Amino acid sequence: MHSMKPVNRKARRVEAAVNEVTGDVQALQKRGGEGKIYYPMGCTLNFTPGWEVDISGGTAGLCQPVERDLFDCYLGCGWPAQVPDHLNNAPDWTDKCASAANDWRKVDIVFP
Amino acid sequence: MSAIETLAPTLRYRLREFHSFEAAGDRFVYLVPSGAFFALGVIGGDIVDRIRAVNPTREELADFLLDRGYPSSEISVSLMELEQSGVINQGDFVQEKPSVPIKKFPLQRIVLNITNQCNLACTYCYEYSADKISKTEGKPKFMPASVAEASIDMLIKESEDRPSIHVTFFGGETLLNFPMLRSSVEYAKRRCAEVGKQVEFSLTTNATLLTEQVVDFLAEHKVGMTISIDGDRELNDKMRVFADGRGSYDVIVPRIKMLLQRHKTNSIGARVTLSSGVHHVRRIYEHLTQEIGFAAVGFSPATANPNRLYSIGETKMGTILEGFEDLAWEYRDWALAGRHHGFTNVNDTLKELHSGISKAYPCGAGLGLLGVGTAGDINLCHRFVDSDTGRMGHVHKGGVNHEAREQFLDTHHIGARYDCHTCWARPVCAGGCYHEAFVHYGSTSAATLHYCDWIRGWNDLCLRIYGEISLRNPSFLDRFNEN
Repeated sequence: MHSMKPVNRKARRVEAAVNEVTGDVQALQKRGGEGKIYYPMGCTLNFTPGWEVDISGGTAGLCQPVERDLFDCYLGCGWPAQVPDHLNNAPDWTDKCASAANDWRKVDIVFP
Repeated sequence: MSAIETLAPTLRYRLREFHSFEAAGDRFVYLVPSGAFFALGVIGGDIVDRIRAVNPTREELADFLLDRGYPSSEISVSLMELEQSGVINQGDFVQEKPSVPIKKFPLQRIVLNITNQCNLACTYCYEYSADKISKTEGKPKFMPASVAEASIDMLIKESEDRPSIHVTFFGGETLLNFPMLRSSVEYAKRRCAEVGKQVEFSLTTNATLLTEQVVDFLAEHKVGMTISIDGDRELNDKMRVFADGRGSYDVIVPRIKMLLQRHKTNSIGARVTLSSGVHHVRRIYEHLTQEIGFAAVGFSPATANPNRLYSIGETKMGTILEGFEDLAWEYRDWALAGRHHGFTNVNDTLKELHSGISKAYPCGAGLGLLGVGTAGDINLCHRFVDSDTGRMGHVHKGGVNHEAREQFLDTHHIGARYDCHTCWARPVCAGGCYHEAFVHYGSTSAATLHYCDWIRGWNDLCLRIYGEISLRNPSFLDRFNEN
């Protein structure tokens, strides 16, 4: 903490809670301590695509096709993917795309 | 950007609830109601001061801090930290009313009032004095073994999955019923061995009946002991007298010395009751530690209606707080040198501040602790045993009355004590002793308002001591880690 230093045990718990809220984005390869692997939610382990690298730091384990990141990354993972605002402005932009793996060419072009 | 962040620039910063103080030249904040406390850094102090002075908007505050030379990244991180920790807030902050916590709270300790008789007649005693609330008429003078055993069985059952339970023996004078105490200890050990629980024991005594045989039994079973004694002969014998008016000092001191020499398996503390004529804190402390040999001495003012002659009164309370302060600074000096100091009032408060306790109730009475009278009536705690207030069942008639217990907990929760809602000391105090409140105001649910200044003064002092130790000898505080 910059602005103050925890003194008692409760303050250290508050600090941990604050760090959780303000903590940095963690890289996919980050180890979870004591040899454990850190698995973020929605990573390639769950066969949802969109990550640039897999948990070993390579690209061999990435799920295919990467086009599916249209849905999974920004919905499932909260990844800031550049997709249209389907809640307000473009609710129908994927109506013709029943299966992203096959129909990805059919998504609408949306102009902001 | 969320809606809240969009609106935020127009909102003014306000300080949340905390107590600020200085120790060893540093600034600290003790946050309420979390009980967390922090040392403020330079930027933290500047932010708090600015908000206190002008309640700025975010833009105004950022400009002020930029002018003081802080980089913008440090400003935004600091504001976010202080807001997330509950030191400051943008806009008005509405504190949520504390909710009544879990109803299911396994019992941890019972206090068995194994006799309502005493061989002393101390003027201030709440069991015998004018403020007596227990009704012992028609009740046995001594608790029979059947009641003690049923109480222990009840504790084992009500403790549910707790691995460890505690039985405290109390009176009257506890050792007047020593044969039953001995059989109860043996019974509790046997029963706990059967069900796989640990059991610990403690008792309070006036020391008049300690013999080598008694002490050896207590040492063998690691019984923790509290000895009531009010200082040297002159002070002790003002209040602690036999029925014929004779002082008890000369009877008890040789016995206490024998006890301290023979019983090394658990803590033995002195408990001093301060009253109108007995308020000489340092004199008492030095006598009990240096002349008699106690390693731990705790002080408490006598509970009394303010009209009683032995009631302390405000002037004497001021004297006592000064005496406490004097001893507390000595505790601090010893702590900085890594030494143990026996003033348990400081030790106990520091331990609570260390964990950052935030109490929903002032004590464990009715929660993890219940008292049992000689006839088996269950009550809030040992001070209410056999009174009409705080009744919670009978050990032979269905055990704990959970409905009464829950009703008590609902109505005595900190959320229901409105007087306390603006007090920064409520995480450690939570309204004060039920018995003290009952004697003063006729109600267990009243806050002990006559002690508020004293409690705030005491906790402020202990916070400053803790703060200084945390800066200058932090490893000393490790001793408070164990629960």
